[in-house]
Amino acid sequence: MSFFRADSLAMQFGGIKAVDEVSFEVEAGEVFTLIGPNGAGKTTIFNLVSRIYDPTSGRLLFEDEDITEVPPHEIAGRGIARTFQNIELFERATVLQNLLLGRHARKRSNFLEELLFLPKVRRLELEHREAVEKVIDFLDLQSHRDSLIVNLPYGVRKVVELARALCAEPKLLLLDEPSSGLNVEETEDMAFWIQDIRELLGITVLMVEHDMSLVGAVSDRVLALNYGRPIAMGTAGEVQAHPDVIAAFLGG
Amino acid sequence: MRFIFKISYRQDLGLFRDRFQRDWYIALLLGLLALPVLLPDYRVDFSLMLIYGLCGVSLMVLAGYTGLVSLGHAAFLGIGAYAHVYFAQDMGLPWIVSIALAALVSAAAGGLVGLPALRMTGIYLTIATLAFALIVQEVFNRWESVTGGLKGKAVERPTIFGVSLQDDTSFYFLCLALLIAGLWLTRNVLRAPTGRAWVAIRDSEIAAQSMGVNLAVYKTLAFSYSAALMGVAGALFAHQVGFLAPDIFTVLLSIQFLLMVVVGGLGSLHGAIFGAIFVALVPVGISEARDVMPEWLGRVFSVFGQDAGSAVAAAVDGFVKHPGLEPGIFGLVLVLFILFEPQGFYGRWIKIKLYFSQFPLYKRATFKRQKSYMRSERLR
Amino acid sequence: MLGTVLQLLLNGLAVGCIYGLVALGFVLIYKATELVNFAQGDLMMLGAFTCYMFTVWYGIGYWPAFALSVAIIGLFGAALDRIILRRVIGQPQFAAVMLTIGLGAMFRSFASMAWGSEIYTLPTPFSAQQSLVAGVSVSHEYLSIIAGTVILCAVLYAFFTHTKLGVAMQAASQNQLAAYYMGIPVKLVFSLIWAISAGVAAIAGVLLAPVSLIDTNLGFIGLKAFAAAVLGGFGSIPGALAGGLTIGLIELFSGAYLPEGFKDVAAYVVLLIVLVLRPQGMFGTVGRKRV
Repeated sequence: MSFFRADSLAMQFGGIKAVDEVSFEVEAGEVFTLIGPNGAGKTTIFNLVSRIYDPTSGRLLFEDEDITEVPPHEIAGRGIARTFQNIELFERATVLQNLLLGRHARKRSNFLEELLFLPKVRRLELEHREAVEKVIDFLDLQSHRDSLIVNLPYGVRKVVELARALCAEPKLLLLDEPSSGLNVEETEDMAFWIQDIRELLGITVLMVEHDMSLVGAVSDRVLALNYGRPIAMGTAGEVQAHPDVIAAFLGG
Repeated sequence: MRFIFKISYRQDLGLFRDRFQRDWYIALLLGLLALPVLLPDYRVDFSLMLIYGLCGVSLMVLAGYTGLVSLGHAAFLGIGAYAHVYFAQDMGLPWIVSIALAALVSAAAGGLVGLPALRMTGIYLTIATLAFALIVQEVFNRWESVTGGLKGKAVERPTIFGVSLQDDTSFYFLCLALLIAGLWLTRNVLRAPTGRAWVAIRDSEIAAQSMGVNLAVYKTLAFSYSAALMGVAGALFAHQVGFLAPDIFTVLLSIQFLLMVVVGGLGSLHGAIFGAIFVALVPVGISEARDVMPEWLGRVFSVFGQDAGSAVAAAVDGFVKHPGLEPGIFGLVLVLFILFEPQGFYGRWIKIKLYFSQFPLYKRATFKRQKSYMRSERLR
Repeated sequence: MLGTVLQLLLNGLAVGCIYGLVALGFVLIYKATELVNFAQGDLMMLGAFTCYMFTVWYGIGYWPAFALSVAIIGLFGAALDRIILRRVIGQPQFAAVMLTIGLGAMFRSFASMAWGSEIYTLPTPFSAQQSLVAGVSVSHEYLSIIAGTVILCAVLYAFFTHTKLGVAMQAASQNQLAAYYMGIPVKLVFSLIWAISAGVAAIAGVLLAPVSLIDTNLGFIGLKAFAAAVLGGFGSIPGALAGGLTIGLIELFSGAYLPEGFKDVAAYVVLLIVLVLRPQGMFGTVGRKRV
């Protein structure tokens, strides 16, 4: 019985092994972080988990079900939501619309009902809206509700993306470099939110991160990668002190 | 500046933004109902405007909301037109059944194009739709048992539930009713999850997919729905022109539809309607100018002598009566809009409204476009 | 029988060369500036008309008229870039598509006003001449197209690989910013690329004129050239030529052996099939957005 497990996962682009026989297990309720220098294969693992890439070999198991063959659009419905390193928001839509789209995996109306906007659709829309408003309150986005994404500063966009992922009501949340591009204060806020997400919402977090202060503050376990291979695993402190990790980062 | 207080989530689900907007639309509707009485000479042009409005809504769903630019929408118009005429005249089906079947046939054709379109992005898709339209046009040419081929096919006026709509005014009201129905249905879809999924596909396919949007389903749906609207428009168009020939449904017509959504303003239903008004009324304006302009300019220039006046009148006469003028004007308008107002009439309208509502504080930079030099759309 | 096949082969190659040349123009501009020029076919039409005007109306002879019209259209292309198209670089691809569609419509309108909507034939020194090769009568007009294309391609190849300017153009098309930092005048290079593509289009127009007829709708050949460019993978110059030849051959052979009507749509049917089976074209590689 495991919550999420990657089994000797491998991904090859042409002759380059971006991910090479990586296995790890994420337990329910923990914050699990992947670290490593640029090109270590962290984001590739994310893209494999969210099924954007097909792995060359290996298996992905989520709640004891094999999700290696599940199409990418079904991942959210199974309870895995993600954010992106370089922000992939729907730029010409409002924050509210972005968050409502986060509820897409929970959609229960069909096209014909929507065409006529039957009372059922209206009721479901109101339910979606209430769920979205909870997330807005949780992440303090009230003042941005009706702004278009293009008009928002980078820091807020980052939060909106987190909010969109939360709207899907995931069991496992994938955060791809949540602090990249944020200043120190915003990064601290992000750390608090990640802790709240785990403690108040009970969501398991799998994260890629460079900022070691954030990693140390929130993660239960850290896996260090280099050239697509795991080199160390343990608490943030243990991994940071590991000689291979130091060598990988400092090129020693 | 008017501030809208939001006190219920229901407010964001309404058809209109607030009751002021609703009142304006009711006024507009009354104006449209009175139009054939006020300007009886232009009833035919106004019907065409309403039909184009439906075409604009159709292409707006696809290009403006889903981000799939089609250069072949005239083909769907043609499919709808021929299908309707075939069902209603050749098979003798009731008008309502026939137009519904025409929409279905067109939607099926749309789905057919939409399926391979899933694997293509950006400009490749545009080219594929163009190729599709050219093939369809050739089919219109050759499938004589249904389309009448190059000889064409005469179309009767519609007869609905035994009531024959012989005069232009009743046809105008028919078009108005169908346009309003089309707008209502489209607005419904756009404020529901499907509409949001389309916008999501437009702005970021990869994020849409990760949030649970099945790209195949929603792209095909957008194509089919857009084609169905186009099919209805085609059926009306057949009655409007009264005679179908394959050379009506050319690439040029498809381009005119794209022009409509660009000039109107991509990404808004208002834009589709503004564009339709523009495209339908420019030819009317040109034909008015044909009658008036040479004489008028001739009179102005006759201050330089009678000869100069008549020379100018003759030159202007030759110019405005030239058959090549109209497409050239459309081309020029397109170029000017892309260069100076890519948000189209609707974008300009929003800016003007904002200017007055924020009067001394309006900042031009509010709408400054961000240019991106990232090579993200490159085809490799 | 063999004679017919050879005849078709030759004519197909000649028509294919025209498609290839127009497609080449698309690809050159696309590689350099990422704009897709829907007005390429109309530039070709303008070239053919200009040459006709100089040859017949002003009577300056075929060869000087040829050179003059290519130069004029080339300059016109550079001016287009300078005045109009430069403004949409960096905007969504769709903007450039609409812009060039609009320009194309304006060119057609201009042509019909300047030269009328009659249909012209361009007289050439080799009109209505043919020689007998291996039992097949080969018209010199078709031959001139093939010869012209081969010469032009050789010249372009030499230019892009052996001259400093040509290499600079290649650099600019691969990475604008880096090329700019290395001291390459990127803006000038773009204008030059436009001049070259417009010139190539004009050459195609003049070569095609004796075989086809000149009218304002000549530019719609651009649509078939599109098919050629997509077939060749859009970003590849040899691909464009190969695509053009393929389309030309398919078109002529389907015209001869398939039921009536197929000739006109053969190019598009092939295009659709290719796009469905190999969306990136025959020579292209798959590109996917990275996240």
